[in-house]
Amino acid sequence: MTHFEPISPLSVLDPRDRGGPVQPLLTIQGLKKYFHSAGNSWFGAQSVVRAVDDISFVIHKGETLGVVGESGCGKSTTARLLMHLIKPDQGEIIFDGEKVGIDIPLTEFRRQVQMVFQDSYASLNPRLTIEDTISFGPRIHGMYESKARLISHDLLARVGLDPSRFAGRYPHELSGGQRQRINIARALAFNPRLLILDEAVSALDKSVEAQVLNLLQDLKEDFGLTYLFISHDLNVVRYMVDRVMVMYLGSIAEIGDGETVFSTPVHPYTKALLASMPSMDPDQPTREAPLSGDPPNPINPPSGCRFHPRCIMAEAACSQKRPALETTRHKKSMAACLLQNRDTPIPFPPIKVSGQ
Amino acid sequence: MRPIIEIENLHVTFTGRDKPVAAVNDVSLQVEQGSVLVLLGESGSGKSVTLRSLLRLHPEKSSTVTGRIVVDGHDIMALDKSEMPALRGKTISMIFQEPMLALDPVYTLGQQIIETILCHEHVSPQQARKRALELFERVQIPSPERRLDAYPNEMSGGMCQRAMIALALACNPRILLADEPTTALDATVQIQILLLLKQLQTELGLSIILVTHDIGVAVEIADRIAVMYAGRIVETGTVKQVINNPCHPYTKGLLSSRVERAGKGERLTTISGSPPDLASLPQGCAFAPRCPLANADCRKTTPVLKMIDQGHHAACLQL
Repeated sequence: MTHFEPISPLSVLDPRDRGGPVQPLLTIQGLKKYFHSAGNSWFGAQSVVRAVDDISFVIHKGETLGVVGESGCGKSTTARLLMHLIKPDQGEIIFDGEKVGIDIPLTEFRRQVQMVFQDSYASLNPRLTIEDTISFGPRIHGMYESKARLISHDLLARVGLDPSRFAGRYPHELSGGQRQRINIARALAFNPRLLILDEAVSALDKSVEAQVLNLLQDLKEDFGLTYLFISHDLNVVRYMVDRVMVMYLGSIAEIGDGETVFSTPVHPYTKALLASMPSMDPDQPTREAPLSGDPPNPINPPSGCRFHPRCIMAEAACSQKRPALETTRHKKSMAACLLQNRDTPIPFPPIKVSGQ
Repeated sequence: MRPIIEIENLHVTFTGRDKPVAAVNDVSLQVEQGSVLVLLGESGSGKSVTLRSLLRLHPEKSSTVTGRIVVDGHDIMALDKSEMPALRGKTISMIFQEPMLALDPVYTLGQQIIETILCHEHVSPQQARKRALELFERVQIPSPERRLDAYPNEMSGGMCQRAMIALALACNPRILLADEPTTALDATVQIQILLLLKQLQTELGLSIILVTHDIGVAVEIADRIAVMYAGRIVETGTVKQVINNPCHPYTKGLLSSRVERAGKGERLTTISGSPPDLASLPQGCAFAPRCPLANADCRKTTPVLKMIDQGHHAACLQL
């Protein structure tokens, strides 16, 4: 028996695959989305929320890319832009070598990229049975009802719910964990290649969360999926991902190999974010908050490096020049910090500047 | 010394729906003066319901509450309804999960704090405002003078939660109840609020009961932990006893299903099934249907808390 290890065995065998395992599944270049407030602000000037401000990254075939950051950093906006649920102001999205909307039509793109949302109840139609919910998409895309029904039963079994018991039920009859399984089954109904999981396990109880995370790992293997895994829970991200992207105020602070970024973070923000995780050791509780203040408002982001007002390392240059993503010293990640190549190491965790 | 909070055999049943929902079943607990007790459990485990019982916040028409609750010498269950408002805010205060929803959007934060102070104490509005300002400084709100005149919608979630803590502390209560105070906040802000609560607790000698589903939060702040499942306390002990030496199969399962423990790509140990329906609880131990150790006895007899060690108790027949 020959043994080979491509990035993902299934994506290589996938007839839809174009560029081979080396070509990224999704390439994002210069993505931008500004939201303009509807009314005028108090001082007459219209305010602009720079939700996603010129970001570029790739998602490789068969990997799990994690996205972390505080609320308002643009994680969810990025996910919605990728799905074309909102229209980007600028930027290119290239799916397996084909420009979305030009080389590959949007309907076909959406068949190959599906999404699971945080609120499992709000994302299901309360008036459709589970079976109808899952078979709805394929039927809209022209599948016979009987075949769509068969698929929905098969998927129910795949996500660990007995079709004979659950197919005819309505969303309100299910628990949160079961509903999230339905949402995952529905997303798989098109046999997609990329699944965007936007805080998909955040609303679940811990014991149920572990079950769904196991399920996601199994499905990834079975269906040869690629995941974009968005979460604010750093422990879950660390467990799930191959690579991780840290976002701060609409831009990328650091991106790279998951284990490396979590064990040897380079950007001061990544360090502070990691140090903010609650200690799990009763003998060593956290003594000082690594970051003071709240995440700033994306309406008027600071000049230069977005993080400089909260950064203890910040120098005069940081408020003037916006840092670009550069390969870090250990070569396994890229970080956007002007000071990353200094000889004095950035302390970990950063010492809080006391406000008193 | 007498504990500042004593709850004995608390039962809370909601009768509003077709079937009565037994949310809290025979909970007894004590909180020592100046300590932090964390009620840890999943949704529907009865932790918030227990907390709200201390302030008698459950609607009288659709709930039945029995048992004994003594808080700082006041027998809560025996008090007349008209005596409760004097206790709320003055002796016992509460902070909630969603600061934006708990604060009144049409009054400034200063007005809300001043109203609370004036309601309980005979001071002039100027003195009350001065106190409000001190409170804002105490909870480390930057530029407090300006923030007193701000409306809740002008503040971030973390700042609102600080303001709500200031509001809760306005009348120097001895007991603070906190219902998932950091769940809606970012990790970077969560740790700030937890450290603030810990600091205030030491400085003011507060006794705190904090409800959370997050083990990390419990480890950061708790002196003692009570783990709840299906309306019962299944294990209680000091934070070190419960985290380092869990005894109840549910606590064990909960701690071993943590992702922090697992290496990348390893399968997580899970507790199979999901929490029971409180409207039709199984006979015997409520955890038995999900428990790997359960036998026929567990499905018949409801276990009571057994002592494992000094101050460490667990309710399991297999111990």
